Amino acid sequence: MQLTDLTMLELARKLASGEVSSVEATRASLERIAQVDPQVRAFLRVDAEGALAAAEASDQRRKAGAPASALDGVPVGLKDLFLTEGVETTAGSRVLEGFVPPFDATVVRLLKEAGLPLVGKLNLDEFAMGSSNESSAYFPTRNPWDLTRTPGGSSGGSAAAVAAREVFGALGTDTGGSIRQPAAFTNTVGLKPTYGRVSRYGVIAYASSLDQPGPMTRTVADAAALLQVLARHDPLDSTSASVETPDYSAALEEGVKGLRLGVPREYFAQGMDEEVEASIRAALREYERMGATLVDVSLPHTQYALATYYLIAPAEASSNLARYDGIRYGQRAKDARGLKELYSLTRERGFGPEVKRRIMLGTYALSAGYYDAYYLRAQKVRTLIREDFLRVFRDVDALLTPASPVAAFKLGEKVDDPLSMYLMDVYTLPCNLAGVPGLSVPCGFTKAGLPVGLQLLGRPFEEALLLRIARAFEREHEHFRRFAPLPAQGA
Amino acid sequence: MPVSDFQPVIGLEVHAQLLTQSKIFCGCSTAFGAEPNLHTCPVCLGMPGVLPVLNQRVVEFAVLAGLALGCEVRSRSVWSRKNYFYPDLPKGYQITQYDQPICEHGRLIIDTPGGEKVIRVRRIHMEEDAGKNVHDASGGQSLVDLNRAGVPLLEIVSDPDLRDADEAVEYLKALRDVLVYLGVNDGNLEEGSFRCDANVSVMPKGSTTFGQRCELKNLNSFRFVKQAIEYEIARQVDVIESGGKVLQETRLWDTNKGVTRSMRSKEEAHDYRYFPEPDLPPLQVSTATIEAMGHRMPELPRPKLQRFVSQYGLPVYDARILTAERPLADFFEACAAKYPDAKKLSNWFLGELLRLLKEEAMPVSALRFTPERLAELLAAVDGGTLSNNAGKAVLEEMFRTGKAPADIIAEKGLAQVSDTGAIEAVVDDILAKNAGEVEKYRAGKKQVFGFFVGQVMRAMKGKGNPTLVNELLKKKLGD
Ligand SMILES: [Zn+2]
Repeated sequence: MQLTDLTMLELARKLASGEVSSVEATRASLERIAQVDPQVRAFLRVDAEGALAAAEASDQRRKAGAPASALDGVPVGLKDLFLTEGVETTAGSRVLEGFVPPFDATVVRLLKEAGLPLVGKLNLDEFAMGSSNESSAYFPTRNPWDLTRTPGGSSGGSAAAVAAREVFGALGTDTGGSIRQPAAFTNTVGLKPTYGRVSRYGVIAYASSLDQPGPMTRTVADAAALLQVLARHDPLDSTSASVETPDYSAALEEGVKGLRLGVPREYFAQGMDEEVEASIRAALREYERMGATLVDVSLPHTQYALATYYLIAPAEASSNLARYDGIRYGQRAKDARGLKELYSLTRERGFGPEVKRRIMLGTYALSAGYYDAYYLRAQKVRTLIREDFLRVFRDVDALLTPASPVAAFKLGEKVDDPLSMYLMDVYTLPCNLAGVPGLSVPCGFTKAGLPVGLQLLGRPFEEALLLRIARAFEREHEHFRRFAPLPAQGA
Repeated sequence: MPVSDFQPVIGLEVHAQLLTQSKIFCGCSTAFGAEPNLHTCPVCLGMPGVLPVLNQRVVEFAVLAGLALGCEVRSRSVWSRKNYFYPDLPKGYQITQYDQPICEHGRLIIDTPGGEKVIRVRRIHMEEDAGKNVHDASGGQSLVDLNRAGVPLLEIVSDPDLRDADEAVEYLKALRDVLVYLGVNDGNLEEGSFRCDANVSVMPKGSTTFGQRCELKNLNSFRFVKQAIEYEIARQVDVIESGGKVLQETRLWDTNKGVTRSMRSKEEAHDYRYFPEPDLPPLQVSTATIEAMGHRMPELPRPKLQRFVSQYGLPVYDARILTAERPLADFFEACAAKYPDAKKLSNWFLGELLRLLKEEAMPVSALRFTPERLAELLAAVDGGTLSNNAGKAVLEEMFRTGKAPADIIAEKGLAQVSDTGAIEAVVDDILAKNAGEVEKYRAGKKQVFGFFVGQVMRAMKGKGNPTLVNELLKKKLGD
């Protein structure tokens, strides 16, 4: 077994026992990147120097008997939406090319304080807008399970890097499924915490009321350990929740016996791929076998979630992206004559088509005369969607649904059809509208060998229960033991 | 129809900068006049990824102002984004309050020639200021200074209850006095910390339907407010009389030409695309906060003026001057506690003290002497130790050095001579030396009396108690 084949916690144990050093693990990660990233293309930037320095410092702490956390020394990657002091951060956009942030995002600071070497910045759909990584201004990332396919989006770079064992874990952000859908496409675990559980400070905003950073790992236990580092109240984020951080790993192995798990019928009514549906149904039976009670539930406003999301998210995005005007940072149209031209040329050249499409949608939805009909109404529907969830959670402990209607699709397959691309998020985005936590755990493979993800949705701030439910399935099936068909390390 | 056939209708929107140490959504300083972009951080620069954190002090000030203006304070208000592009607006939107402001339905009483008038205050909301563009004409460059970006402002919007430019100015002055009294604003129009936009329309007298209004932007002195509104009223009447229609537009006051000119029309008006700010939760103001602010409420200018009249028996004229500034009123009251004759005290304030403060451009807070010392001085004048004129000299010395009046009197030998024997000796001497004048006086030339007074006072270096000098002269001259 190669070093990079280890999960985060397996590596952490070896670091603790002194069997390997963080520098060795970080070197292994860098070598793996050198070996497979030319095919996978997950990284926008590798910070070998920074990562090795952090690994060195971690080894010193270890020697002094004072590791900073349970994960001290475990190398991870970051979606390039997280600000990293001194390391270029682009959000996958030309408009921010060359932008070197003067400070770290809160979660980046927390990772550093916990001693995790940060290996580099991972590719994403531009400004996190997309479901396939193809709207990155730089290049599309490929799915390690089939290099002709997308790893999903927008945290596709993070998912691919974890699946390709280039890093031991990664951070993504999830606005409408951007952690869970790529996790489902790549046989990894992706957790979108409750809105407000993890700080958004220093995370480049797409849609402020929906965005939430979270861990992307190979196992459920790794996700719990990484969330343990990230889940903190942050006084710099006014929407950050002031709730205590539980021990996410404590009850992981307690199983699902006696739990009531809801199966929302609306999530099984739409055009799901047959193989995906078969995998999900098998997973549901597995939960029954393990002692959970499946409960047929209804979330009647689910049908409006897609439309609601595509009003609210672009509206907020149109405002959040106004700051990229060429005045203070990033790229500027230097040949512009006059102020208006400076704005329009900078933004015309700096933003890609998907970003422009959403800015236009959002600007329209907020404009005078349309606000009541679109944005305001969407907010009202959003409240109904949230109430749907809170109502069923009075009866069930969590919900089981597919994470995506299909397995990973081909690169280029949907790129010219935005509407069918938007449908990729149909199962994930109600969770963001409701602000509840969601998790995708590997639950099987199609005949073609493409991963399928099972989505768990839970009550606000009950990530620990979701992790426990996911772990129950993982313990039985251990899909994480199966590796993407890439060359083994050093091969 | 002449102007007098029309009724102007005016509403004002005032932007008052709040006297907080730090900005509204970050910890940067609000100090005025620093090097460009010195008081900035990632948050007020609108860097990617940053988020606002509300300065609670701003809320306290808004509640204080709201209570002072008789507003209802909303227990739940909402932040919104006002979206527009401008180089001095770092995020591309301004965080402000829109449909649910923190305070509503207030009032402010002003004095008009017809008596007191109530002007309704429609709303008060909090918002962040923008930065400032600096245009370098020679280099053709424009630079941006973001020191002001994120400085907290209150926007106070009146109902269209004002009926002429003088009322508008009265309202502004009264509003400024209240804010300055509360300590939430410095009232400085020149530095832009108290700015005003005016909405002006005219309608035929007797009409109940308002005419089309124009907005006059950024009026930064009381004089300009008056001039701009008067000009605008005349302009609108002209337009209507010549058969035209007043267009809804934003106009600027051109201080050089003394005219208002169009800045943008309704057609070019911004669509600000307001929506609730998702980075800030709705603002909850607790009953406890409102009560705490109520306890912190100082006496406001108008009630204070009325109290000065009733409690101290002062004329309104005096009371208005003494209560114009809170530190002056406080100092007056501290003196009044030590000295019983408020009117006499007021005369000294209005006559001497304010003159000295004005000459030195000194604030009351910088006075070097205590109310006790001033009371001592006045008592010395009353008791005859000092002449009125010598008293003024002593006050001036106290003003400059802060020394005790008794010390100054001793040092400068200013004590008035009230010793009858000493004065009598001088009187006798003068009368003896001027036998001729005495004859004339006794022969009925009474004007000579002034000459004797002058001679005695000169001989006594001005320190003779004038009452005693007069009495003794008359006695000796046989009156
Ligand atoms: Zn700042």
